[in-house]
Amino acid sequence: MSILFLMVPAALSLAAIAVAAFVWAARSGQFDEVDTPPVRMLLDDEPTRKTAGPPTPSGDDP
Amino acid sequence: MTATATAKNPSPPADAAPAGVAETPCHHCGLPVPAAIIEPESEAQFCCGGCRVAYDTIHGCGLDEYYAVRDRLSQDRLPASGGGGRYAAYDAQVFLEKHARRLPEGLTSIDLYLEGVHCAACVWLVERLPQLAPGVLDARLSLASSSARIVWDPQQTPLSRIAATLDRLGYAPHPARSSSAGDASAARERNQLTQMAVAGALAGNNMLIALALYAGVFDGIEPRFASLFRWISMGLGWLSLLWPGRVFFRNACSALRARTANLDVPIALAIGVGALAGTANVLLNRGDVYFDSLSVLVFLLLVGRFIQARQQRWAGDAVNRMLSLTPTACRVLRGGEFTEEPIETLEPGDTVEVRPGELMPADGDVCSGASSIDRSLLTGESLPCAVAVGDAVVAGAQNLQATLRVRVTATGESTRVGRLARLVEQGLSDKPKLVQFTDRIAGWFIVVIIAAAGLNFAAWSALASVAAAIDSTVALLIVACPCALGLATPLTMALAIGRASRRGVLVKSAHVIETLGGVAAGRPGRMFLDKTGTLTLGRLRVVDWCGDPGLQPLAFAIEAESNHPIAKAIVAKYADTAPQAPAIDDRAEAHGYGVAAECDLGDVALGSPRWLAERCPSIPHHLLAAIEAAEKRGKTAVAVGVNREIRAVLSLEDELRSDATAANDALRHTGWATEVLSGDTAGPVRAVAQRLGLTPAATRASLSPEDKLRCVKGAKADGDNQQRAVVMVGDGVNDAAALAAADVGIAVHGGAEAALAAADVFVSKPGLRPIVQLTSLARRTVWVVRQNLAISLAYNTLAVSLAAAGVVTPLVAAILMPISSATVLAGAVYGLAGEGKN
Repeated sequence: MSILFLMVPAALSLAAIAVAAFVWAARSGQFDEVDTPPVRMLLDDEPTRKTAGPPTPSGDDP
Repeated sequence: MTATATAKNPSPPADAAPAGVAETPCHHCGLPVPAAIIEPESEAQFCCGGCRVAYDTIHGCGLDEYYAVRDRLSQDRLPASGGGGRYAAYDAQVFLEKHARRLPEGLTSIDLYLEGVHCAACVWLVERLPQLAPGVLDARLSLASSSARIVWDPQQTPLSRIAATLDRLGYAPHPARSSSAGDASAARERNQLTQMAVAGALAGNNMLIALALYAGVFDGIEPRFASLFRWISMGLGWLSLLWPGRVFFRNACSALRARTANLDVPIALAIGVGALAGTANVLLNRGDVYFDSLSVLVFLLLVGRFIQARQQRWAGDAVNRMLSLTPTACRVLRGGEFTEEPIETLEPGDTVEVRPGELMPADGDVCSGASSIDRSLLTGESLPCAVAVGDAVVAGAQNLQATLRVRVTATGESTRVGRLARLVEQGLSDKPKLVQFTDRIAGWFIVVIIAAAGLNFAAWSALASVAAAIDSTVALLIVACPCALGLATPLTMALAIGRASRRGVLVKSAHVIETLGGVAAGRPGRMFLDKTGTLTLGRLRVVDWCGDPGLQPLAFAIEAESNHPIAKAIVAKYADTAPQAPAIDDRAEAHGYGVAAECDLGDVALGSPRWLAERCPSIPHHLLAAIEAAEKRGKTAVAVGVNREIRAVLSLEDELRSDATAANDALRHTGWATEVLSGDTAGPVRAVAQRLGLTPAATRASLSPEDKLRCVKGAKADGDNQQRAVVMVGDGVNDAAALAAADVGIAVHGGAEAALAAADVFVSKPGLRPIVQLTSLARRTVWVVRQNLAISLAYNTLAVSLAAAGVVTPLVAAILMPISSATVLAGAVYGLAGEGKN
């Protein structure tokens, strides 16, 4: 059971790494805005240039 | 908007269309198109000019996918709110220096507050800005704050063009105010989030260690492991106290130095004493360590503070948004010519020109022109008022009819709107702090528990053995975990807020629920209701036509071109008579009185009865009676005259919401004393009060925003003695200060953004029924919270006594504790289970 003297500090330093990661994320502004990114992720990156729109083709065609 | 109109379906205007009538949806926003402006030869139909421009812009850039994205992601439909504004002032140096930031490589960045942002598709569209406006490199929209950060190259495109593009898309931009304060508060919030997370991690790990120690007490543990865990627990505990927890010590110190006491003093004392006792026990290798409880306490307290800080940020945003909506540019007289300049350059003494449809940029006096202005948002008056040379106008009022020149008397923060904004700010910062109750309970909780544990240990050591003392003290410490106490209330509140939002009522803070729920038939509360826009629809409708119905097409024709709300109501009502409308010549508008014109019937006029009486001396008796009857009931009477004779009388009314009477009755039955506070004149206010069954004593009219604030503050001062809740319900900028000052401010559907931002509750569905539902939900919630506190307190008292009596072993305690937490949580969930389902 003496391994506990190694394992407990090891477990705690793993936790410390997670905390450090969170602190970095928070300080670099990852949690400043949590309303828009979940929505933004639903949107496609590039607008597909298909003519999906309604008629009256006065705009540009692909 | 002049109609090549046919009357395919005689539907009333826009959103009032009854179900069952075939509606033509707007090609852009999907709302029904008023029958009068349907263009039969065109394939695409629009409900307003804003939507047409937005559609043309989106379609012209090949971004039709917007409509697919929107249909996929959102049910909401809003017409485009672009006002066709001009943005030349956005290019002025003064403007850019104030609002924009320089970036490296010659780029510039600005935060713009956008009107009309409501759903995911808006994110899609606004972030396609680089395709729509060349020169824009990046656009990021934040839904929460409705603001977009835009990075552009000033060499390639001026800001005015970007702003105009946004406006055409239907998002009228305004520069977001005081972004530096915003940055500072963002940094503060990041810091708090970090501290809370660190405290949480330390608390979690410390509880794991404590578990090993408790298990060891029961099951036996080698002394070297016990001391390992005790030392680690102490290390984590001190870390938690010195890093995230130092805020309590710092606040307590500064409070003591200022010779005052705040809640941080008992908290700091409690955790300080606990930590010292724990350290002594670790060093002397005896007794218990308290560090697990201490770290959890620090964590819970920080969670409470984090929530509170977010609320305060909302308050700051409220004020900024209010200021953002004042116009940013104006045409000011410089060297004999009117030039467009940003509003910041305006000084008292300048002369500005305000065209119809524009907002007043500053307070001032009219120095030439005559028009009528709509002050409804600022004062609550339902009718526009006429202004002429010498009359004073206030910033934020809308000019309706003709161009005015105004000599500026006050600008910026010293205007009426600016002063109102400060009142709102004050009202919000005076609000009671939310977590005080939890803070206090937690502070005393730990003092009591440490004292009880010490006494218990001393008593058992003296009367029995040290081993028995350790056993019973450990049991006591486990069963007295503050989790149930500290979590039950916030959890119940959070559940209630979630339930309310499912019904379309957005609640900004838990204290709303506490306040509303405390009112019952035996403990009355006072509710002040605004009239225009809250009890009524805030929109005039023609309710009666007395006289020759053959003149209806004439009324339509005379008013077709006017901007006045009365004219709009008449045009909307009689749009289906448009095909029979006679041709009109020599139309002359007398601002604030009426319109005179010529047509094949002869000289015709339409306007206020008093004005018309001069032109049409002859008036039949029954029409005179109709005018008197209408005015007695608080309606607005309008007369139609042909050739010096009055031939018809219309009456118009700002209609009561359909559920207003029922809602008022329901509120009165559940202990609310409802009263009407209105900025409108006495006639219409009394008419509304009568229909609601309110006494004249409960009705106040012609109130300025400051008067409303005074009423609310007075009621609060009275109420404080008797612990009566004071609630304000309103919709306009004129209500904002009162909303902020009231114990609970409720902004109703369709209100001004400033009112929404200043209020604690925003009702996103039309009508007053949601408010009734909210009060009943709140009552239920408060009942559940009290029940939970009682359970938790009874449990703690009982368990601590049993542990002290030595009946509860550490194992039984370790099983009991989670059961107690679960009971309380289950009580919260099931107590509210019936609520929120329609």
